[in-house]
Amino acid sequence: MATTNSRALARLMLFPSVALLLVWMIVPLCMTLYFSFLDYNLLTPGNEEFIGFLNYEFFLTDPAFFASFFNTILLVGGVLFITLGGGIGLAILLDQAIWGRNYVRIMVLAPFFVMPTVSALVWKNMLMNPVNGLFAHFAIWLGFTPIDFFAQIPLLSIIFIVSWQWLPFAALILLTSIQSLDREQLEAADLDGAGPFSKFYYIVLPHLSRAITAVILIETIFLLSIFAEILVTTSGGPGYESTNITYLIYTQSLLQFDVGGGSAGGIVAVIIANIVAIFLMRLIGKNLED
Amino acid sequence: MMSINKSNKSKIIYTFFAWSISSLIFFPILWTLITSFKTEAEAISSSPSLFMFDWTLENYADVLARSPYFNHFWNSVVISLGSSILGLLIAVPAAWSMAFVQTKRTKNLLMWMLSTKMLPPVGVLIPIYLLFRDFGLLDTKIGLVVVMTLINLPIMVWMLYTYFREIPNEVLEASRMDGASIGEEIWYILLPIALPGIASTLLLNVILAWNEAFWTLILTAADAAPLTAFIASYSSPEGLFYAKLSAASAMAIVPILILGWFSQKQLVRGLSFGAVK
Amino acid sequence: MGSINLKQVTKSFGDVNVIKPIDLEIKDGEFIVFVGPSGCGKSTLLRMIAGLEDTTSGNIEIDGQDATDTPPAKRGLAMVFQSYALYPHMSVRNNIAFPLKRAKVSKDEIESKIANVAKILNLSDYLDRKPGQLSGGQRQRVAIGRAIVRQPSAFLFDEPLSNLDASLRVNMRLEISELHKTLSTTMIYVTHDQVEAMTMADRIAVFNGGIIEQVGSPLELYNTPINKFVAGFIGSPKMNFIDVDSTGDDPTCCLGIRPEHIDISTEKGTWAGKVGVIEHLGSETFLHVHVENHGTFTVKAGGDCPFVYGDNVFLSAIENKMLHFDAAGVTLPQKSANAVSI
Repeated sequence: MATTNSRALARLMLFPSVALLLVWMIVPLCMTLYFSFLDYNLLTPGNEEFIGFLNYEFFLTDPAFFASFFNTILLVGGVLFITLGGGIGLAILLDQAIWGRNYVRIMVLAPFFVMPTVSALVWKNMLMNPVNGLFAHFAIWLGFTPIDFFAQIPLLSIIFIVSWQWLPFAALILLTSIQSLDREQLEAADLDGAGPFSKFYYIVLPHLSRAITAVILIETIFLLSIFAEILVTTSGGPGYESTNITYLIYTQSLLQFDVGGGSAGGIVAVIIANIVAIFLMRLIGKNLED
Repeated sequence: MMSINKSNKSKIIYTFFAWSISSLIFFPILWTLITSFKTEAEAISSSPSLFMFDWTLENYADVLARSPYFNHFWNSVVISLGSSILGLLIAVPAAWSMAFVQTKRTKNLLMWMLSTKMLPPVGVLIPIYLLFRDFGLLDTKIGLVVVMTLINLPIMVWMLYTYFREIPNEVLEASRMDGASIGEEIWYILLPIALPGIASTLLLNVILAWNEAFWTLILTAADAAPLTAFIASYSSPEGLFYAKLSAASAMAIVPILILGWFSQKQLVRGLSFGAVK
Repeated sequence: MGSINLKQVTKSFGDVNVIKPIDLEIKDGEFIVFVGPSGCGKSTLLRMIAGLEDTTSGNIEIDGQDATDTPPAKRGLAMVFQSYALYPHMSVRNNIAFPLKRAKVSKDEIESKIANVAKILNLSDYLDRKPGQLSGGQRQRVAIGRAIVRQPSAFLFDEPLSNLDASLRVNMRLEISELHKTLSTTMIYVTHDQVEAMTMADRIAVFNGGIIEQVGSPLELYNTPINKFVAGFIGSPKMNFIDVDSTGDDPTCCLGIRPEHIDISTEKGTWAGKVGVIEHLGSETFLHVHVENHGTFTVKAGGDCPFVYGDNVFLSAIENKMLHFDAAGVTLPQKSANAVSI
């Protein structure tokens, strides 16, 4: 515990981080809020006027918004589905006795450390390109017509790329959790006559539930803001087929220069993220009790 | 005897599956590395080969000589290292005070800090962009260092906090009883014990900053663009470019792949927010 | 050199008052033990003496000087922690040298002092090892060595033996007592183990809920405990308590008799009972006898006790050894042995 001497010093040492984060959060956010009520376009500066909630009206009734909202849900849901399913499987697999386990780990973890622009471009060009990509060559060799991934199934392709990037993260977290499972529980289950599926369903899965929740919440927070992969592969197209909320706001703000509209969108995105964050905070709070 | 055979059999099966799946997962990276040594013609060949081709270093030479690759590599280094070190200078004192001078507000403060990381960047995209423009910070390394520091500060404080909490308070109290002033306590006792934790935090943040692909793409252009942005310019190329893309990518990702291998534990600690130990 | 005086010292954490006003005079050179159940405040008080905790009100004097606001580094005291708190990244030698370096002692003097301490505590072979490479007992000795080398006015021990296994604990108890005889420095020793308290202390302070119930020599506390709490805390196995109804102007509500002060016979006695579980220790035997209406009595008998489970026996208290307590638990002055009938 502390003495009064150390308490004053502690407050001083906390000050820079708290002040910086406070400014970082409040100042820009207030500005965004302020801009969202203005008719402000960067191409016609100096003509801003207050228009109340009009920006929000336009933003929320724009068909582009519905499309990108829906895409965002698909994107997050799809990646979560693939990474959790694959992650659990990989975690169980990597927990077993296998030869060369360290090398297997290196290979499985690698995609997480590749920068998003590189992975997106490598996938788009060298693998998925319908003329020169490896998948195309493979398809032709099997006698099929190659899929033009980014023209025909743009969102799915992006889901696939992002899942590839995040699968290691889920696998690592879940593997760490599995390794903390008390072996004696499984041995007791063996003695009770449980088979592998029962052991998984009644012992492993409940133990993993905390890690699974963490993975879902943490990935969701990051996946809401997927940007680089879209920018570099489809630029949101064709049309709005692969646009998510983040990308939509980006195009409105910096490509169409609609600061007012983009700000309204930004606030909407913050509200959506807040809802997820509330659940994440509760989880972290519980963990901090330890 | 029977059980030894049985466990060996399952070991063989698991090993087979593990190696197959992980090879598939790793394949795109392997393919990139291999393609970087091919000629452009070879790179798009419809009968692609894994080893049997004429290996060449021309792509690396090309990328390094004909494009400002080294500049952008250097930008990545400066931005990731700079923001991580700056972040440490701010985060270490904060984590120290939260770990050793616990108050009723400590937990809430920590959670609030983490919550700032959950703010979607688009929520502050416009003001930051406009502020940067008006203050001449667009396309500057300094501007990007500041942004990277701020977005990773919560994670740094969180990680350092967990490391500091693992130092038994009694060891620090013992130093006080032994006559150490606060400075001596920090210098001779706290920092040496905490050094591995501080190094781990630095490592993870270098990786996160190096790979950051939102602000680095939006706030930079030709001068301060780190590798994330520079590679993005390969998205609208002219002519054959797969091999060069591979070479450029290889140089961009290999350092982090190596660092990443050493930072697995840190990744779990820093990004799972205590959900697993 | 090592007298410590506590005057009306209190401690509160927020609204919770953990140490009520305490007065205590600790004489130079004495070995005083703070003993009591978990949460009674003994460790907190020790830490306040050390300076690791603030005093909410009251004064702490060390050698006549008011040290209430002095930081721990300047109080001239040394502390041995329950977990030893050795510096994990330093060798044993540097652990012991650390306080000397802080005090700017010359290199030669440091060398000789370390050699000296290492000899006393049998650490000469381990000087270059790190704490992680030592056993529990060795680590404890390093912690003591680090404390000794500073030649403090007083030593503070915070449950130093709780992390050791039983046999090691007995050995270390003797070593610490020996050390006290050699150094003659004041030692304040906190423990929850009343055996440690009884065997090591010149005086014992029994703590309960933030107050000191009684201070006195071990035998004083054993023979004349001031209340039911002290009577029940000191002595192992615990004293047997019998609730009685107070009759007339006799305020006695409870009787206490120690297991070693009960006679057991097959023919006659004050209480009739049936023998339950018997614990044979070889040197002595503890019988748990179920007495109707009064619960279970613990009785100590010789090693060659002939009774078995289920035997019917009679128990009687040895004259003058029975204690009387009033409704508040305070010990009443001794009466004649036959005054109370059950």
